[in-house]
Amino acid sequence: MRKNKMLTVFAVLVFGFLILPLIIITVTAFGKGSAITFPIESFSVKWFVKVFTTKSFRISFLTSLEIAMLATVIALLVGIPAAYALARSGLKGKNLIKSVFLSPTIVPGIVIGFVLYQFLVLTLRVPVFMGLLAGHFMVTLPYVIRVVGSSLEQFDFSTEEAAWSLGCGKLRAFFRVVLPNITSGISAAFMLAFINSFNNIPVSMFLSGPGVSTFPATLMNYIEYNYDPTVSAVSVLLMAVTVLMMVIVDKTLGIAALAK
Amino acid sequence: MAYMTLKDIDVRYDKKKQVLKGLNLEVKEGELVSLLGPSGCGKTTTLRVVAGFIEPESGVFSLDGEDLTKIPVHKRNFGIVFQSYALFPHLNVYDNVAFGLKMRKLDKQQIDQKVKNILEVCGLSEFEKRFPQQMSGGQRQRVALARALVIEPKLLLLDEPLSNLDAKLRINMRMEIKRIQKKLGITTLFVTHDQEECFSISDKVAVMNQGVIEQFDTPENIYQRPETEFVARFIGFENFLTLNREGNVYKTQAGTVFTVESDRNGDSLAGTIRPEDIRIAGESEDRNVLTGTVGVRTFLGKSYQYEVLTAEGKFLVSRPAEEVYEEGSTIRLYLPESKLILVNK
Repeated sequence: MRKNKMLTVFAVLVFGFLILPLIIITVTAFGKGSAITFPIESFSVKWFVKVFTTKSFRISFLTSLEIAMLATVIALLVGIPAAYALARSGLKGKNLIKSVFLSPTIVPGIVIGFVLYQFLVLTLRVPVFMGLLAGHFMVTLPYVIRVVGSSLEQFDFSTEEAAWSLGCGKLRAFFRVVLPNITSGISAAFMLAFINSFNNIPVSMFLSGPGVSTFPATLMNYIEYNYDPTVSAVSVLLMAVTVLMMVIVDKTLGIAALAK
Repeated sequence: MAYMTLKDIDVRYDKKKQVLKGLNLEVKEGELVSLLGPSGCGKTTTLRVVAGFIEPESGVFSLDGEDLTKIPVHKRNFGIVFQSYALFPHLNVYDNVAFGLKMRKLDKQQIDQKVKNILEVCGLSEFEKRFPQQMSGGQRQRVALARALVIEPKLLLLDEPLSNLDAKLRINMRMEIKRIQKKLGITTLFVTHDQEECFSISDKVAVMNQGVIEQFDTPENIYQRPETEFVARFIGFENFLTLNREGNVYKTQAGTVFTVESDRNGDSLAGTIRPEDIRIAGESEDRNVLTGTVGVRTFLGKSYQYEVLTAEGKFLVSRPAEEVYEEGSTIRLYLPESKLILVNK
């Protein structure tokens, strides 16, 4: 019994440590004063209004949504066939290829950001939006390959062979038999990739350029010169999008799908 | 005239390990032929060559006089039942069975009629709307069979279809498979490692070993007259002794004389006998007799099994439970000439 009490205390401490800062930030976003204070003296939503009336925030919010959506979709289009090929083929260097595909999750984001900056922006002079998109694609692809790959590992490939034997060509069998059975993996991959792209800072910082910037990158820039509750409001919005995504995952597949 | 022919089939994995070595097999129309052998003997590979999942390195697979070696799986029109059943988890029973017909672009009514018909034959009419996860192993098995049969395949291929079922269900299902196979008169290849299952269901059995067929014969002949030492061992002949022909009789290395009813050509011969066919020699018998010492005794219910150490090596002997021999005692074994079978080593 005593042991259980201790456990509860630890759990509360850990959760408090994790969640309190988020609660404090959320509360400060609703303050009226022009400095971030806690507790707040009076309630107001004016900082949220300010976020959406400030052009740079509004545009970067939309840019972030657009980039996250596009990058995720491209990552799915590339990642699903890649994961399928890795799961299906008896290729010799299979594990090596897997590691290469997953390396962006291991290599620090700042390194990837810098490398892409050097390569895409300085050498190839790719348009800013395209550069950002490429960077975010790189960041999200590993999640797709990983999550869809583990979903495919649980898929019985003789099911696919059965479809072939029933007169279904290979491409058609992929769409009619393989895809419908890995939808949970694909949705989970979508969510993870989207969230990671939407919240990404290191890659975006390097690849943002004149007029095009992501939401978190704009926030970073803003903080350098201002320190008012707008920052809190932006943070709350970032959290809100992430939480919304998680809720959708949980409602459709259960959070466990992400842990697979 | 053979309906299905495999001719000089070679299959190699990774360019190194040769799995099938010039395999030949001929199956008549309407026959149920089993491929029997230990794991790794190449029986599943043979089935996969026939199915079209593996293209052989060399050799020809033909059906009804038509060379199908290079025809892809989905154009062969064969029904396949997999060990794991491989039902489509996202479709219900009806749609699982209808899948192949939809691929053939039949109209709705025809599909409906054929699906209902085959579900009836397989005893599945009441399960139409169920999903595979909601069904027992035996029911899934029947769905897999119905799905393979509804396309009216030219060949039915079964890959260890009963190995995931419990013992009682397995016996029922194999009767069921045989009944349906005979009713539809469909030529069938059946892969198994279980000899009882194989003997009970097959018209003919191909015993495989290391990528070749050792013996292709009726179940009765395989059981009673194995041709090679491998086949004999695989189907329960436990005792072997090397024999050399001398005129009308055979002698062992030690000089014991044996007579044998059956005959076989070849230089390197062995005599073989099942443990339950060995008798205890009477006073008068002097041929086909081995003297030995009783070793380990094992109780098997109806009988005891003894290890008997003789000059020709260790022999396994089964005797009825009423007859008991103590460890260490000396007994004379009689190997009846009708039961002692000659095989090639």
